[in-house]
Amino acid sequence: MGLISKKDAKLITDPLADNNPITIQVLGICSALAITAELKASIVMAVSVLFVLGIGNVVISLMRNIIPSKIRIIVQLVVVAALVIIVDQVLKAYAYELSKTLSVFVGLIITNCIIMGRFEAFALANKPWQSFLDGIGNAAGYGLILIIVGFFRELLGSGTLLGFKVLGDPIEKTGLYALGYENNGFMLLSPMALIVVGIIIWIQRSRNKALIED
Amino acid sequence: MENRTDKNSYTILFAIGMVLIVGSLLAFTASSLKPTITENQRMEKQQNILYAMGVNDNDESSATFISTDKVAGEFSKYITKQLVIENGNASENDQAYLIDVKKEQTKAKAGETRRLPLFVGEKDGETYYIAPIRGKGLWDAIWAYIALDKDMVVQGAYFDHKGETPGLGANIKQRFFMDDFIGEHLLGPSGDFKGITVAKGNADPKNLDKTDNEVDAIAGATITGDGVTAMIRSDLKLYVPYFKTLKQ
Repeated sequence: MGLISKKDAKLITDPLADNNPITIQVLGICSALAITAELKASIVMAVSVLFVLGIGNVVISLMRNIIPSKIRIIVQLVVVAALVIIVDQVLKAYAYELSKTLSVFVGLIITNCIIMGRFEAFALANKPWQSFLDGIGNAAGYGLILIIVGFFRELLGSGTLLGFKVLGDPIEKTGLYALGYENNGFMLLSPMALIVVGIIIWIQRSRNKALIED
Repeated sequence: MENRTDKNSYTILFAIGMVLIVGSLLAFTASSLKPTITENQRMEKQQNILYAMGVNDNDESSATFISTDKVAGEFSKYITKQLVIENGNASENDQAYLIDVKKEQTKAKAGETRRLPLFVGEKDGETYYIAPIRGKGLWDAIWAYIALDKDMVVQGAYFDHKGETPGLGANIKQRFFMDDFIGEHLLGPSGDFKGITVAKGNADPKNLDKTDNEVDAIAGATITGDGVTAMIRSDLKLYVPYFKTLKQ
């Protein structure tokens, strides 16, 4: 398969479904709850994590033989924090508008447990190229769930998608709202994200019985 | 056999080396980018002020500033006077927009005199008075530029925040929220200062009643909304004496 061997390809595809960081490993739940009230924020977060985890995994993997094991968590934290802050500063200087959109995510990216989790579980023990693929795969799996949750929360909570009023106008009572439909304000609150994630986990496990633990 | 990387001496040396390298890398990035970042922030302030008085590139639903290459020219064209109000005396100062509201608030807390910047703009024969205000949201700072007419009726508003929750509190910088403020009165019927309350369930979601001193809150963003209310009440109140002098 040329550039990506079959084994390497699994590094990308596995986290998308049967080893999904959110629904199977239950990592990165905090940010999945916090920022999925609308689709746009979910997409921005997904792309940011894709970037940070891809690069971070490579950096950690390159350093894996020189990192002292006693302080490896601190080293990982320093790497990800430095990476995020440098990117944030560069964006502030050369893409100011974009940096304002991202600024609220910076703290959430650094503390995202998927990032630390992949550094610790994969990058410390594998070569850079595999680590890169693993990072991309896990970030994509994370982003996929984020986007699904964001889609349903924005649609049912605000009646919009990416800000467009797809169900009509709730105040002017047009579209679906003319029939008496109401937005579910609950969907905007974090606990409902947990329930949506729960439903995804339920669907996933009922389709693939091998994932069910005793 | 003990691994080389498990030794205490190695660990300490590694930690020191890491701190030095990462520290100087960050310091280098920060100091070399600082002039560009400061310039961006200065232009953003001008864009914010102009946005509030209606000089912007808004389309139907999104909030868009005028572009950065035009901002300096437009700022000097529309903003006719920049005032600094100190102990009730207004004086002109063409650097007033650089005053840091946060620092002034800290000064006021320490018992010193707070300087209040106010920008006077002219557009299509109307005069706008734009005041910068600052307060606290749920996670971090929130701030705004409010354009008023001489009766303290809001003509435009621009809200921004440092770290409110995306999709909830962060929506204070969305058009649907900011535009609700346009036309709202800050004063009650008898001329006393009432502020504008970000109210839940105010039975006026279309915001037709402009004299109720209320705008509709954002669902799921109660604390950010309360922060907006408090910020308007405490900071804009300070400008009331100046607006009274305009009437005389």
